[in-house]
Amino acid sequence: MSHETLQIIWFVLIAVLWTGYLVLEGFDFGVGMLLPFLPKNAKERRVAINTVGPVWDGNEVWLLTAGGATFAAFPEWYATLFSGAYLALLLILVALIVRIVSFEWRGKITTVRWQAAYYWGLVLGSWVPAVLWGVAFGNLVAGMQIEPVTTTISNVDGEVTRETLQYTGSFFDLLTNGYGFALFTGVLTATVFLSHGAIFLSLKTTGDLQVRAAVFAERLAAAALVVGAVWAIWLQLMFSDKMWTWAPLVVAALALLAAAYFTRLRQEGKAFLASAVAIVAAVVLIFGALFPNVMPSNVDPAYSLTIHNASSSAYTLTMMTWVAVILTPIVLLYQGWTYWVFRKRIGVQHIPDQLPVTFDDLQPTGDNANPAR
Amino acid sequence: MAADALDLARWQFGITTVYHFIFVPLTIGLSVLVAIMQTFWVRTNDKRWLKLTKFFGKLLLINFAIGVATGIVQEFQFGMNWSEYSRFVGDVFGAPLAMEALAAFFIESTFLGLWIFGWDKLPKRVHLATIWLVAFASTLSAYFILAANSWMQHPVGAVFNPENGRAEMVSLWKVVTNPTVLAAFPHTIGAAFLTAGTFVAAICAWWMVRLVRSGQGDKARDIYRPGLRLGLVTMIIAAVVVALSGHWQGQLMYSQQPMKMAAAEAQMDTASSVPMTLIAIGNLNNDPDSVRHFLQVPGLTSFLATNDFNAELPGVRDLQAQYEEKYGAGINYIPNLAVTFWSFRLMMGFAAFSGILALLALWLTRKGQVSGSIWLRRAALWALPTIFLASSAGWIFTEMGRQPWIVAPNPNPEGVDMVWQLVARGVSNQVGPSAVIISLVVFTALYGVLAVAWYKLMHRYAVGGVEDDPSDPSPDNPDNQSTDVDRPLSFAY
Repeated sequence: MSHETLQIIWFVLIAVLWTGYLVLEGFDFGVGMLLPFLPKNAKERRVAINTVGPVWDGNEVWLLTAGGATFAAFPEWYATLFSGAYLALLLILVALIVRIVSFEWRGKITTVRWQAAYYWGLVLGSWVPAVLWGVAFGNLVAGMQIEPVTTTISNVDGEVTRETLQYTGSFFDLLTNGYGFALFTGVLTATVFLSHGAIFLSLKTTGDLQVRAAVFAERLAAAALVVGAVWAIWLQLMFSDKMWTWAPLVVAALALLAAAYFTRLRQEGKAFLASAVAIVAAVVLIFGALFPNVMPSNVDPAYSLTIHNASSSAYTLTMMTWVAVILTPIVLLYQGWTYWVFRKRIGVQHIPDQLPVTFDDLQPTGDNANPAR
Repeated sequence: MAADALDLARWQFGITTVYHFIFVPLTIGLSVLVAIMQTFWVRTNDKRWLKLTKFFGKLLLINFAIGVATGIVQEFQFGMNWSEYSRFVGDVFGAPLAMEALAAFFIESTFLGLWIFGWDKLPKRVHLATIWLVAFASTLSAYFILAANSWMQHPVGAVFNPENGRAEMVSLWKVVTNPTVLAAFPHTIGAAFLTAGTFVAAICAWWMVRLVRSGQGDKARDIYRPGLRLGLVTMIIAAVVVALSGHWQGQLMYSQQPMKMAAAEAQMDTASSVPMTLIAIGNLNNDPDSVRHFLQVPGLTSFLATNDFNAELPGVRDLQAQYEEKYGAGINYIPNLAVTFWSFRLMMGFAAFSGILALLALWLTRKGQVSGSIWLRRAALWALPTIFLASSAGWIFTEMGRQPWIVAPNPNPEGVDMVWQLVARGVSNQVGPSAVIISLVVFTALYGVLAVAWYKLMHRYAVGGVEDDPSDPSPDNPDNQSTDVDRPLSFAY
């Protein structure tokens, strides 16, 4: 395959990995974000958390794979994006770290203080990345301040230098980029994930919580439709130079409309599918508008990072294509099986009581039955 | 780029990586040990093994979470702090990272979810398979990341492309079969098993001594002795693997990174029959000639490097001269000798302590005996932190010994020309010191808080002991054939 074909394949594959991440982690972010609003008591909060309990970790690996694949296939993109969005990425990393330990550690100790701390870890750990990933994609689409910088890459036989395309703007530029488009993309992802999460909860729970989740889903799906429509048209008119990106735009809008419609009819399965399709279409719209750029420069289009000047060699891309082609279907199979194993709805009656475990409840001597499960 | 940003970025990488690797060896080794315990349970239906599986399974999960959480930083900080390095090596170095995520992390995370929540959903043998897959994938991920690290120690399978000024891969096979990784993998996995074996043995020993001393020797013999013996056997096997692979690594280091070998011994001048010093007093970095050496094992360093007790090994000064000629004058090619010398000794000393303790404890628990020795309990508690420090010291040695290189040059005949990079050239040049200070402070503070929480949780659940009568919620169990749709889950967060 020609180098260019491989570059296109990897551009598409990275879009696929981000799609997997946003569709899957999108609903577990949404569930975390809804914790302060939807469940009415501690048991209901645990129901909500446990709907994503078996799957959130696997969902997150899509992000790690997208990151690793970008490093391998487009090192210049990886380097410029991650060093350029340094502080934003720091915030995301902190939020994800707190979120991960909160899932596993919250229930291990049953004191009010401990559980409250990790509860907020879950809530904030879901809100922060849900908004910031949107801002990040908004910046990519709107274009960033990217300029050539001369770098010394080696000290051998004198100086070997090269031109690299680097982000030279500031952290605050990332918030104002695209006349608010970047920030608005954060609003979009937050709204869509809230809706996606509420639909997921209405699909996976029973009882009162399910009824309330369905009401939330109906309202949030309507909000997602409005925000999504404004965002998609803004993107198409301002930042896409292609006619064909109207197609994913229309698909995304119809899917959001369908999601809103099915939540009204309380057909949760169809609503969830529609919501997932909307996210897929939005990613197609984003990557379609970018192509062949991966990080357009708003200084001069000549400085844009593209699939051509940011990619790895043809050899590396060929090898990685084999790896991805063989492994990705297997991943989809066993992840799909996990969702099948945990397909049943859960309600408060399914949540086992937490026997009290505190740091001071052990006698200093003698035998203790461990009440912790 | 400012020198401060470079130093700060190095500190950040050191702190986040050493911290991450406190948890990783325990996850890798303990996931296998828990899988073994559960296999005993499934095969024998002996509830003692279910008790141990659930007990150590809880500790595994507490530890797993923080390992995963801190691992994300590892993958992203190459781009954040070391973007020029990432540009230079991404074509080669990114491949094992992407493969690690796609081949190992997905299995690890997906099947861990199935294991945690699947006790009442999956048939016994399928559920057992999930923990084995987690264990397999943890070990597999270690292979990929070690292949990436080994490439920084000893680049192979790549060429320098003068057109775009970066290293490019020519053979993925050579990268993943780098002799450096073939030796580093058994060494690291051996260390992981030594860590997990020590962890299991120390906790079981502590419990055994406590029960024996409170007159509950039967319970100690029943539950904790089998766990202790499993841990001890693991430690002995692991210690042998670590020692043998370490010797292999020593020979590779001698041919691949002779400067690191010399720095390990702080050997200033070329000499034959180089001894290994156990204790040295003096200022290794600024006045190495004044350093006084005690307790030397004759010829041991020569043997470690070449299999020959009399071999001549080049000293730091001669190597510096060689490097200046080869890679340019005006650069200090000598790693921090105090750090390399002492981290090398701490690594071996702490590991040896665990190995000796294992032999001692095996003797004390021979032929079905239990021990109430207060000294065994004390030694076991000391072995808990020191075995973690052994791994930290090992990584500090191998990474600090690579300095000043981020990609060390490959001096061997099959070596690759121009594929090397100084650390100073690898740091991000658009990230200012203030940004790095912010992230350094944030990560250090966050990691500090999490370390306290991790320790308190591990301690609480270790001293909680095994459950008296853990449930067996498997659908294979005849007691669980009820069709009650409202039956509570076997586990919930």
